[in-house]
Amino acid sequence: MSALVTSTERLQRLLALVPYVMSRKAVGLAETAAAFGVSERELVDDLNLLWCVELRAPDPYCPIDLSYEGGEIVVSQAESMGRPLRLAVDEASALLVALRMLAEVPGLEDRSALSRLIAKLEAAAGEAAAASAKVAVQVDMPGEGVSAYAAQLRAALLTRRRVHLRYYVPGRDEATERDVDPMRLLVVEGRPYLEGWCLRAEGVRLFRLDRVLGLEVLDVPSAPPAEAEPVDVDQGLFRPSPDDVLVELELTAAGRWVAEYYPCESVTDLEEGRLRVVLRTPDTGWVRRLALRLGEDGRVISPGSLVAEVREAAAAALANYVA
Amino acid sequence: MSKRKTERLLGLVVCLLSTRRYLTAEQIRAAVPGYPEQDDLFKRMFERDKEDLRELGVPLETGVNHPFDEDPGYRIRQQAYQLPELRLEADEAAVLGLAARVWRRAELAGAAAGALLKLRAAGIDAGLDTDGDDAHSPVPRGIEPRLGASEPAFGPLWEAVRDRRPVTFSYRAAGRSDPQRRELEPWGVVNRHGHWYVAGWDRAREATRVFRLGRIAGPVKFSGPAGRVTVPDGVDVREMVSDWDSAPVQEHTAVLRVRAGAGVGLRRHAVSVRADEETPGWDLVTTRFTDLDWFADYAAWFGQDAIVLDPPDLREAVIRRLKGVLA
Repeated sequence: MSALVTSTERLQRLLALVPYVMSRKAVGLAETAAAFGVSERELVDDLNLLWCVELRAPDPYCPIDLSYEGGEIVVSQAESMGRPLRLAVDEASALLVALRMLAEVPGLEDRSALSRLIAKLEAAAGEAAAASAKVAVQVDMPGEGVSAYAAQLRAALLTRRRVHLRYYVPGRDEATERDVDPMRLLVVEGRPYLEGWCLRAEGVRLFRLDRVLGLEVLDVPSAPPAEAEPVDVDQGLFRPSPDDVLVELELTAAGRWVAEYYPCESVTDLEEGRLRVVLRTPDTGWVRRLALRLGEDGRVISPGSLVAEVREAAAAALANYVA
Repeated sequence: MSKRKTERLLGLVVCLLSTRRYLTAEQIRAAVPGYPEQDDLFKRMFERDKEDLRELGVPLETGVNHPFDEDPGYRIRQQAYQLPELRLEADEAAVLGLAARVWRRAELAGAAAGALLKLRAAGIDAGLDTDGDDAHSPVPRGIEPRLGASEPAFGPLWEAVRDRRPVTFSYRAAGRSDPQRRELEPWGVVNRHGHWYVAGWDRAREATRVFRLGRIAGPVKFSGPAGRVTVPDGVDVREMVSDWDSAPVQEHTAVLRVRAGAGVGLRRHAVSVRADEETPGWDLVTTRFTDLDWFADYAAWFGQDAIVLDPPDLREAVIRRLKGVLA
């Protein structure tokens, strides 16, 4: 990582390092390195650099005095560098926008810590806080059903109980029944999800709360197995698998929303605003339904078996109307 | 990374922080080690250093100590530099840790991490446990709100909003085949239903407009200097965006014949479901919808398991889609 760090980024770290140590009187090398996300060796380099700062005029002197003997850092002199630099506009905005979003997450019983913190940060950031008012995040207000499920799930997480879900799978138009050991409640891209160990699938699954048809907290302890790894949601909610089928679609300008809505393997612009997209899916059933829904705005190109399946489904549905 | 440059910049900050008087470039050159002998080289390097410090947010002041001084001097006022005193209660610190994790790998994720570092440098022990298992947190354990900004236009538009600069970009409106060039005075960015939007004043159309970031094609370019955009008083960008995408709601009623055991999605929101006495094995499902095209799409999703009986225009719209597949 250090190879990519610029001089100004390192300067930022150095300016924070002095007050970090001073506000704690003395602090361990290992702990400090972890807090700054550097190795102990890099940290020692930083400390040496700080200790070596020298000003030459009018008289030469070293403004910073510190030691790190025995693995413990002590700063005995740091002149005016004892406080961290003010928050920059981006920094203040990133935190304030996130906090205001948290304040909107449904089901928070205690909003006072949030509002107190927002007020303190606004005061500390001063002018730098102003720009954050120009970014707003609207957390979708879930329907009554979703709120009630979220409350039940929070209780299940707190008391570590297994839940029984009736869950709607639109791709198969099916109401499924399953037992789940809850792991986390996530709000990703404005939508609430339950992450849990699904006993039926024997794997970690994400469930959209707006697709829950029924929920019961069971009198059984929740026990996700040791191998139940939380999903890295930063990598996207859709995780491709080697067994997936690759589906190629051609979309008209009116069908372009598909590329915005579903994660695509590739998107190619064609003439007249048309698009060619490649999707990956473990289950082609929903693509068949998607094709019916798109009508003339989208066409499956491959695999050939799915092309035939879509035509059959459309013909069968149309037969209902002419009959 | 150049160690010498870091040393020089650090020396410059310490030097200017510890002076009350403005120091001229020459005085700075004498005090801070690392500047070159040659005048023109020094000048260029010093200019770059000043720019670097300002970009970091270091409040570098320019002025003179005496009205007759010819050369401008520089200093950093401690009060302007230092983060003010800030004390957090345990529950506030716990929330801070959670807030810093909200931005996922996004434009502002680095900024959030930088802010957290400064606050920790101020002596705050923010809720740093990454498993969210914090007894002090008022946000119930296990809840993790995340915010992404995968749209490439987010970065430049945030900068434009922050610095009040007009921008141009090409935009492909929903369902249109050709992107059009737009010039916008951006007033704010809003995330709604997981998508980012920018709201502002469209210069060519002389009206307020909202654009979805995911539909911006190609780069966003600044078309004027910072400070050129004035956001009118009382503007609520959030409201602008929600007005934009919530069409006036008028409810209609649809009746569908749905195969028994199928059409779960249709039954979920139905007003009534009863067995169809004329057609054994099928139910009559009555439901409400607002947008005909949207609902025709949705009904087509169920293929041969659902038949729209009424209204006729909805029925025609579904038939058109199915014929479109076979065309």
